Amino acid sequence: MPATKVHVTTTINGEPVEFLAEPRQSLLEVLRDVVQLTGSKEGCNDGNCGACTVNMDGRIVDSCLVLGVEAEGADIQTVEGIASADGLHPIQQAFLENAALQCGICTPGFLVSSKALLEKEPNPSEERIRMWLAGNLCRCTGYDKIVKAVMAAAKEMAS
Amino acid sequence: MTTTYEPNKVLSNKEFKVVGTRPVRPDGADKVTGRAQYGADLQLTGLLYGKTLRSPHAHANIKSIDFKKALALEGVKAVVSAKDFPETKDTANYGLGDSPMNYFRGNILADKKVLYKGQAIAAVAASSVHVAEAALSLIDVKYEVLDAVLTAPEGMAKDAPILHDDLFTKEFEKQTKVNSNIAEHFQHKMGDIDEGFAGADVIVERTFDTATVHQGYIEPHNVTALWNDDDRIHVWTSTQGAFTVRAAVSEALAVPVSKIKVTPMEIGGGFGGKINVYEDPAAALLSKKAGHKPVKMVMTRAEVFEGTGPTPGSHMTVKMGATNEGKIVAAQANLAMEAGAYPGSPVGAGAMCVFTAYDIANVTIDGYDVVVNKPKTAAYRAPGAPNAAFAAEQVIDEIAEKLNIDPLELRLQNAAKEGTRRADGPIHPRIGCVEVLEAMKEHHHYQSPLTPAKNGGKVGRGVGIGFWFNIGMQSACNISVNNDGTVNLVEGSTDIGGSRASIAMHAAEVLGISYEDVKPQVADTDSVGYTAITGGSRTTFATGWAAYEAANDVKAQLIDRAATIWGVDPDSVEMEEGVLRSKTDTELNMSFKDLSAQLNDTGGPIVGRGAVDPSGIGGSFCGQIVDVEVDPETGKTDILRFTVVQDAGKAIHPSYVEGQMQGGSVQGIGWALNEEYYYSEDGRMNNPTFLDYRMPTSLDLPMIDTVIVEVANPGHPYGVRGVGEANIVSPQAAVANAIKSAVGARMEKMPMNPAAIMEQLWS
Repeated sequence: MPATKVHVTTTINGEPVEFLAEPRQSLLEVLRDVVQLTGSKEGCNDGNCGACTVNMDGRIVDSCLVLGVEAEGADIQTVEGIASADGLHPIQQAFLENAALQCGICTPGFLVSSKALLEKEPNPSEERIRMWLAGNLCRCTGYDKIVKAVMAAAKEMAS
Repeated sequence: MTTTYEPNKVLSNKEFKVVGTRPVRPDGADKVTGRAQYGADLQLTGLLYGKTLRSPHAHANIKSIDFKKALALEGVKAVVSAKDFPETKDTANYGLGDSPMNYFRGNILADKKVLYKGQAIAAVAASSVHVAEAALSLIDVKYEVLDAVLTAPEGMAKDAPILHDDLFTKEFEKQTKVNSNIAEHFQHKMGDIDEGFAGADVIVERTFDTATVHQGYIEPHNVTALWNDDDRIHVWTSTQGAFTVRAAVSEALAVPVSKIKVTPMEIGGGFGGKINVYEDPAAALLSKKAGHKPVKMVMTRAEVFEGTGPTPGSHMTVKMGATNEGKIVAAQANLAMEAGAYPGSPVGAGAMCVFTAYDIANVTIDGYDVVVNKPKTAAYRAPGAPNAAFAAEQVIDEIAEKLNIDPLELRLQNAAKEGTRRADGPIHPRIGCVEVLEAMKEHHHYQSPLTPAKNGGKVGRGVGIGFWFNIGMQSACNISVNNDGTVNLVEGSTDIGGSRASIAMHAAEVLGISYEDVKPQVADTDSVGYTAITGGSRTTFATGWAAYEAANDVKAQLIDRAATIWGVDPDSVEMEEGVLRSKTDTELNMSFKDLSAQLNDTGGPIVGRGAVDPSGIGGSFCGQIVDVEVDPETGKTDILRFTVVQDAGKAIHPSYVEGQMQGGSVQGIGWALNEEYYYSEDGRMNNPTFLDYRMPTSLDLPMIDTVIVEVANPGHPYGVRGVGEANIVSPQAAVANAIKSAVGARMEKMPMNPAAIMEQLWS
């Protein structure tokens, strides 16, 4: 028997959104398959890779570990909400200019995490960045250029 | 604490206008906004979802499969098993050599026997992924469980359970009638090994074992297939080779390639692991049986670990001898690598690379390809070479220690050069082995004292050097001129790390236009000429070359067109830096942009083509310097400082070359310190999650300093050598040598995790 769906009212990237979710569906599944926001990626589905990282009420969470129904009343920001009408956010621009992505599958999670860090701490040290991003796996870059991109974005945002 | 780093260096050999610059990638905006379409992001009308039933046993006979209950579940649309494969020929070839059809198909859907836990047996298509998963649990399979063979030495043992009753050992290139798990034993021989060792003052011999590891790409395998009502098949997938998928689906399903179109989606990492084809043929079969509906299949992380990749565990003995003056006079290797369930380990490539950095007169290398009850191995960045280098580069280190010679000095004294013969036959063309070693020796890192300990442990430094030969193979490219002075470039290499940019840069350089005026696109198999895999470090080398040819074709046509417009002989017209001009009449000149605006009125569009299968491949050397801190109480190792030096021939896009060097090195660090398939005795992987299969995080690493050495490859128009792979060959050995220097433990096992280090310290 298909499960009964639950009606959820939430905010995603500043827009009011309503959707129907099965109680067993993760927020990631809802974002990707129900709301059609496929920017958040599934790499492991058990909270270890960070490719599905979204910002939920000011906290970064692995959306694969949150249920869709928990989004009720929440304020969610995904990678799709980082750029504005004025163009790319400095963190996005810094990732491009510093060659901080190769395949790009982990990039949405890194961008959401990095942006949250810079909003809390505008001038983080290298060690702080490495600690903050330790929940996001990247297999291509060895992290060097990602860490440098976050440092470059911090500098750009301060100027 | 603030750390200061040496800026990354490029030791350039030649300057160009576009080549050697660092522009932003053309697919960049899509990839930082979440718009890039990876395979799992695809949505199609009427889409069904497929899931694969996998073997719970490492080795078992399949007695029966009963689908009745699964088919009765609401929402289930189709099931498939090996019985759904049509009759076909005995061998399969999808662009990478012949293999027996039953082995090739067996790794897609097993028939009669399963050879590893996680092997696909059947697949289901249903209205949702949850229904498909529920259906899997309703399929009733009866097994007769057999004893499992998990390592090369176990597989080679006389009384070992046999995986394949139709596998007969190939010995020195001759087929024998011996049925065993040894698919092949080969040997490379040069000089006289006994005489060589007789002349040695110092001999070191050690035996090494390394564990199975996975490529670890973050994006799981995925495919969507539509077997259309007109019997044409369309496959959308994340792959390193769209034409390879086309050929594999064709071979598996006995459907001509002309009936199959493969659209390569953006790919979330591969490292060699997304060359092999897994669920694609099953998805196509499901689509057909479900009434020509598209079927999407996305693996879970556990399926990726248990059903794809990995690169082999190995058992290796290396013996080397040198004179007191530091001349290496003899080297011998016995390399046994696990093929996984079907023949084809990378031991051949390992044998090609094991002593290749050195000029040694007397060499014997024996290689064994051994089938075991683990997933069939797939390529992983310089496959086979890191295992071999883990052994050889530690033995060299020990010789240097015994002779009290600086380890880089010993390597330099014996370094391979242009003209040095490799034990497997070829003579080195112009190579950069000496230049890489010299750049390492001169580097600030090597000249500096050891990095101080952070946590009170013991500190040590190690070095290593590795070689990868790289490949050429076929690539195609079309370039069409737009009437605003830009060009569209269509190529067939899936872009795994920025190759759209490096390929476009070849064309911009030829045409003398800016990089931004070239718009590259990766095309599907209906829209571009045959292009081999993105692998073997060939993409920038070969597809870049195809773009170079296509751009030169465009350039020749532009010269013809200008000559026609001016009414002069084409031989009197030249094009330099984006301007066409008469060699004799200075009045006659026109920019590429002006000419492009006139094309439609002066004879029609201009389209250039490039199709190559280049020889002139340039192998790449890469070395690492690493400082580690080892806690002698716990065996935990931290990387304090890391420098990687690689010969790129010519770095087309230096940032992306550095990215390859850093990424490959860090995969090597993970392999060295943590990563392994941790097996139960009956052959189950106990750690198929990213929590327990521990890849490096940002917190585990320092910055990875790079030096790009450029010893131009004479075989490429801009001197390019592939750079994707050589960087993973020797980090493991460099880390091992650093651990030895820190705590005195010579590491014969990989991973060198705390337990392995403590075992070695206490032994």
